[in-house]
Amino acid sequence: MGRTCPLNGLIVDSARQPARKSPAAESPASAARRRFINGVAAAAGGGCLLALGAGLYSRSASALLAQALRPPGALAEDDFLAACVRCGLCVRDCPYHILKLADLGEPVSTGTPYFTARQLPCEMCEDIPCVKACPTGALDRALTDINQARMGLAALVDHESCLNFLGLRCDVCYRVCPAIDKAITLETQHNPRSDRHAMLLPTVHSDACTGCGKCEKSCVLPEAAIKVLPRKLVQGALPAHYRKGWEEKARHGGSLIGEQVELPVRGFEGSTAGRSATETVVAPVVPAPSAAPSAASVPSPKEASGGLRRGLDSHWKP
Amino acid sequence: MARLPVSSSDSSVPRSLWQRQRWLVLRRLSQALVLLAFLSGPWFGLWIAKGNLSSSLTLGVLPLTDPLLALQTLLTGHLPYSAALTGAAIVLGFYLLVGGRVFCGWVCPVNVVTDTAAWTRRRLGIKTGRVPDAATRYWLLGGILVAAAVAGRLAWEWVNPVSLLHRGLIFGMGGGLFVIAGIFVYDVLVASRGWCGHLCPMGAFYGLLGRTALLRVSAAKRSACDDCMDCFAVCPEPQVIRPALKAVGQAGPLILSSDCTTCGRCIDVCDKQVFKMTHRFDQRSE
Repeated sequence: MGRTCPLNGLIVDSARQPARKSPAAESPASAARRRFINGVAAAAGGGCLLALGAGLYSRSASALLAQALRPPGALAEDDFLAACVRCGLCVRDCPYHILKLADLGEPVSTGTPYFTARQLPCEMCEDIPCVKACPTGALDRALTDINQARMGLAALVDHESCLNFLGLRCDVCYRVCPAIDKAITLETQHNPRSDRHAMLLPTVHSDACTGCGKCEKSCVLPEAAIKVLPRKLVQGALPAHYRKGWEEKARHGGSLIGEQVELPVRGFEGSTAGRSATETVVAPVVPAPSAAPSAASVPSPKEASGGLRRGLDSHWKP
Repeated sequence: MARLPVSSSDSSVPRSLWQRQRWLVLRRLSQALVLLAFLSGPWFGLWIAKGNLSSSLTLGVLPLTDPLLALQTLLTGHLPYSAALTGAAIVLGFYLLVGGRVFCGWVCPVNVVTDTAAWTRRRLGIKTGRVPDAATRYWLLGGILVAAAVAGRLAWEWVNPVSLLHRGLIFGMGGGLFVIAGIFVYDVLVASRGWCGHLCPMGAFYGLLGRTALLRVSAAKRSACDDCMDCFAVCPEPQVIRPALKAVGQAGPLILSSDCTTCGRCIDVCDKQVFKMTHRFDQRSE
């Protein structure tokens, strides 16, 4: 047996090479050792590769977690993914069949429970059976009052199509809210478009919203203007060191930094209520007594009595 | 079943269909009943077991949890409630007693898929492919435990085909079917018994529990063996047969390897009735 050396073209007689033994000449123990090492290397490589793949997939899948609303009492998402064994006992004990287990490929970690507010919102059972069913504590039994649940946070995300923002009185999200007047309030604002109506703007308060999803479910629009999303997606946070001056002032009965010199703000004298952003702010003009009242300014009893109100405040009365 | 031509001439009494399929039928029955226990609730309103193999509650009192999953949960740093830990202890005790891989053969739904794949492979006479080392599963088992500890989450549960299939059968599935189809194709075309016998870390884990198994298959009448190789062809872990059947490295006829799933298929296919289901202390051989 001879082979041509690739470097110098010499015929190398492998039989004369003492360093390299042919497989037949190898001792059985050495062959077994080589087989073992090869086997272990292949197994280790394959096994680690598979585990790594699974780990990476779990990472990329959880990067997409986003819209999933967890059952009440669910731990923070990272802890939840450590604790939830995907058994579906919460799904079984939900009397309204709201919860589902995610399937592979859905943008929710495989097998974990979630609900879709727009389809079926949480009914907020007082005895919270889903939490009681959880064997691992992924749903924390420390939650005993369903009103303290924080499944997500409602956000009126679309101001352009919300009927109340258009000046209508829809109010449906407000009316269906289980924590009406606490989690959602209607805030009255002047309607600059009609200039004579109020807008009652549904406003969500994060300290009371459980994220049950009733508002999103019942939004009358084809696509809900109010949506419930995981708190992490919706909620901002002030820096921890921020203090609200007016709150501190009220708490301490006066400003903490003493009285400040108040500088006049030019151009903003008088009422600013109802002023739209596009309005050119002008200083109030005292009309000459001789001038005829303009078409825009409707005289009101107040004006007649000497008070002066101009701009968008039209004093319209039904 | 694909059966290699049996050369035996001194044939004993021809065995009935039941005798030739008994353990397979019993096993399929067991797997179906486990599934039915979970499905009778959603189907008929008769709640026997709730949940799935990962964790369940039977008849409202008996908690059962997959001990491997409980171990992974502990490794992530989360201490589960006592319900899950009790359930894991019960399952652990049961399989330590009966034999770890009894789970694989008698409970696991993927077993039906891979058995079918192995049958297909035999019928089609496919010999190609590359089988990974049987130790790969232990590395994978170690890998998923490390992954749970490092990632701080149950990483394997994203893709675990065993829980994927069982959960899917009970709660509905879509995307998970691709994983199961993948395993089937892999077992048919690439590696004979590739998933259950070489890769599945759950099988590896339950295999580790099998060292003290009471329920064992014995090659009691091994003197009658005519080397037809039917048992080797059908066995999901063929390496476990030789020591018992041919007295290699051991004297007794008991199949002691913890890899044995105690599926009893060797008992079914053996025309010489060499094998029998028995217990660990039954060392008799004829």
